[in-house]
Formats: sequence, structure tokens, C-alpha cells
Amino acid sequence: MRAYTEKIREAAKRLLSEDRVDVVIGFRKGTVALMNEPFLVKSADQVDRLYWDSNCGINLANYLPKRPDRVAIVAKGCDSRNIVVHLLENQIKREQLYILGAPCHGMIDRRRILTDLNGKEPLQVEETDGKVKLTGRDFEETLDRSEYLQENCAICIHRNPVVYDELVGDLVPEQENVDRYPDVRKVEAMIPEERWKYFDELIAPCIRCYACRNACPLCYCPTCFVDESRPQWVGKSIDRTDTRTFHFLRAYHVAGRCTDCGACERACPVGIKVRQFTKKMEKDIKELYAYEVGLSTDERPPLDTYRPGDPEAFIK
Amino acid sequence: MTDWEPKIVAFLCNWCSYGGADLAGVSRLQYPANIRVIRVPCSGRVNPKFILAAFRHGADGVWVSGCHPGDCHYIEGNLYARRKFTLLNNLMEHTGIEPGRLHFSWISSAEATKFAETAREVVAAVRKAGPAQHFIKKQAEVA
Repeated sequence: MRAYTEKIREAAKRLLSEDRVDVVIGFRKGTVALMNEPFLVKSADQVDRLYWDSNCGINLANYLPKRPDRVAIVAKGCDSRNIVVHLLENQIKREQLYILGAPCHGMIDRRRILTDLNGKEPLQVEETDGKVKLTGRDFEETLDRSEYLQENCAICIHRNPVVYDELVGDLVPEQENVDRYPDVRKVEAMIPEERWKYFDELIAPCIRCYACRNACPLCYCPTCFVDESRPQWVGKSIDRTDTRTFHFLRAYHVAGRCTDCGACERACPVGIKVRQFTKKMEKDIKELYAYEVGLSTDERPPLDTYRPGDPEAFIK
Repeated sequence: MTDWEPKIVAFLCNWCSYGGADLAGVSRLQYPANIRVIRVPCSGRVNPKFILAAFRHGADGVWVSGCHPGDCHYIEGNLYARRKFTLLNNLMEHTGIEPGRLHFSWISSAEATKFAETAREVVAAVRKAGPAQHFIKKQAEVA
């Protein structure tokens, strides 16, 4: 991971000093352990604050829509797929972008680590191949990195960036024979009542803070459907009905665009597995329309196109 | 509730299904009166928000109907709609809405009999599913 950091700094310095870009979007070390924060560098003397390790789960593509300037951006596999989505949706032009591809080994799920530390607060994190060393006030613990991957990273099949101008590390082998949808199938096997209950319990803790929306690179509508008031499509209270409507429409809104980057789940302050909604859409789109999001700029998104023989068994 | 009658909101496309409904009326075909028709310019105009809003406002079932694929007045509106509805229908069922509540059909303006038949089918299915409770807000209980 050190190597990535060095490479990113070097590239950022070069790009900024040669005036190739106006800003570099990357990460810097967060003020809290296990939480790196997005960092926009505009002058070459600040590049040494750029940083990279396994706590860079936030999707940086979120900072791209409608930017007028020339941008260099550090992109993991999922970030790069979201960049492709932005390109397809005309949110930014390819000429404006300089993509520093970061082949990804999966990001760490901070929440699971904190649960297992049982109240002890890590103050420093260090990574050496395959291990995460956490140091706190009076403890030190070394954990296996692979056991604490974010759920979406553990089942990721696109770890390497799909578009890039330069790589900051060697391409990593893609995971093969991954079963991406065991949880979706589990729900599919239930009867409707059980499913309703399952999702009711899933979203029960929701406080409607919209962190999932804000963290999502796809959510750039000038007025979000939850903020519309005339007509008001979604109730704004934390009544179960309103919460359900919100989660349902949010999932539907990202259908055919979601890359399963996990930013929503990572951002949720109460730990709701919001990907349970979006993954169903992802599975259907893959099965019905053989489309995987963000792999190519040549193919239109699935809901922006059609084929004469699309399945319609449920239509009378 | 023995005298419960299902309330069904039907989004009908102006060019085909609405015409079909009209023809069914003119032809004096009988079908249950549980349907409230909302005329839309095209089935492609129907946003999932509309469907959820209908449920939230007390509909027991929703029926969306448009032109047959290939016959769209706007050439391809219903073909986009077909994909939208497929995903919507799947997500609805996946999150626990009973399959009998949401219906889709293609009915041309000449198919009055199909309209009446489908209306009967939809009403029967919704009647079987019973009153919809899921999206109705519970009133706070005040002592």
C-alpha cells in the first residue's frame, strides 16, 4: 500500500506541476483511524498529504459530476465503473479526466473491525501484506485483512479499473467463481409475507439521514425525489411506510446504474444493508438484459434502450 | 369487512388502452366498476412513483396498460416502459408485495373484449389479495 501512496503522490505532483490538470482527487489520512477522507489537491506542494490504504472505500466518482475543470482522479475498480456511468450520462467529458487507476485488493469494513475490538478504540492502523495492525491506547491487535473486507469487496469481480490513463500499481488477478447473489436468492425463496417482514426489519433503524444518497456517485439530480414537495412522492417522516417508499425508490432509481461499490452501506450510520435492494436489481438486469454496469462506454444503459424480444411474461 | 370492494387505479395510455376502455363502454361490455382510470399520454409516462403513490393513497391494486409493442404512438415508449415495468414488478415482488396487486397489459383501442376481460381478471386477482395494508400509514393511537 505504501507503493500506491508513493505512486499517487508522484503522479499528482507531475500532473499539477506540468499543468496537465487543475485538481487531483484522492484520499488523505482521516482524523479517525480506519476512515480516510476524500482530498482535493490543487497545488503541487500539498501532494504529500495524499494517502492510500485499505480504508479508501468512499467512491471518488461522486465528486465528478458537472465539474468544469480538468481533473485527475484516483480510481479503484468500482470508481472507474462509476466514471464510465458518468461518461454515459454526460456528467463529465473524458477529455477532462486523467484517471489514475488503482487496482484494488478490496476495502476494509471498519464497522466489523470495531465490533470485534469490542469497545477498544484503535488510534493507529498499519498495513503489511495481508495483515492489519491496529494500535490503541493499551492494546495492539493484528487482524487478517481478508476476513474484514467490505461485503461488496469480498464478492467483487472487477477489481481492476476498466478505464485509466495510468496505473499506480500492478493489475491484480480478478476473483473468479464468485457467487454474487446468495443473499438475494435467500430472499427470493421466501413467501411474500416473509419478504415484507425481512425488509421491514432491515430498514427499521433508518433515521432518514440520506447519507446513502449523499455518498452515492449516481445521486446528482438537481432536486432529489425525496426533496420534492409539490407533488410530494415520498413522505418525509420515519414512519415505516415512508422509509419503505424511500428505500424502494432509491433502489429503483439506481437500477442499471449501480456498480455495487458499497458506498451507501459504508455511509449508513445505523448499518442498514441497503445493498439488499440494489443487488436484486443488479441480478435481474444481468439475467434479463445481460448487462453489467460501467464496463463500456459503447453500450447504452439498460433502461435507456430496449430489444424487440425483451421478456414480458408478466404482461397480459 | 364483508362489504369491502377493491379499489384499483388503472393507468391507461391515451392512444390504445384508453380507447379500448372507451370502446368497451360504447359496446356495453360488462366489467366490474372497481377501476379508477387515469389517462396518461403513454405507458412510458408511468413513473414508479405514481404506482407507489397510488398504493400509499389507499389503492388495493394498480393496473398499467398501454399499446402493444410496436404499436406505440411515440414509436418506442412502451418498449422502454416494458423494461422499467419488468424491473419494477420484480422489485415489488422481491420486497414483499403480493403478486396479485400489480398488473400490466397491452390492449389496443380495438380490443374492447380484451379490456373487459382483463378488467375482470385484475379485479378478481386484487379481490383475492384482499385489502392492501402495506403502504397505508398507521394512524397514531391516541388514548
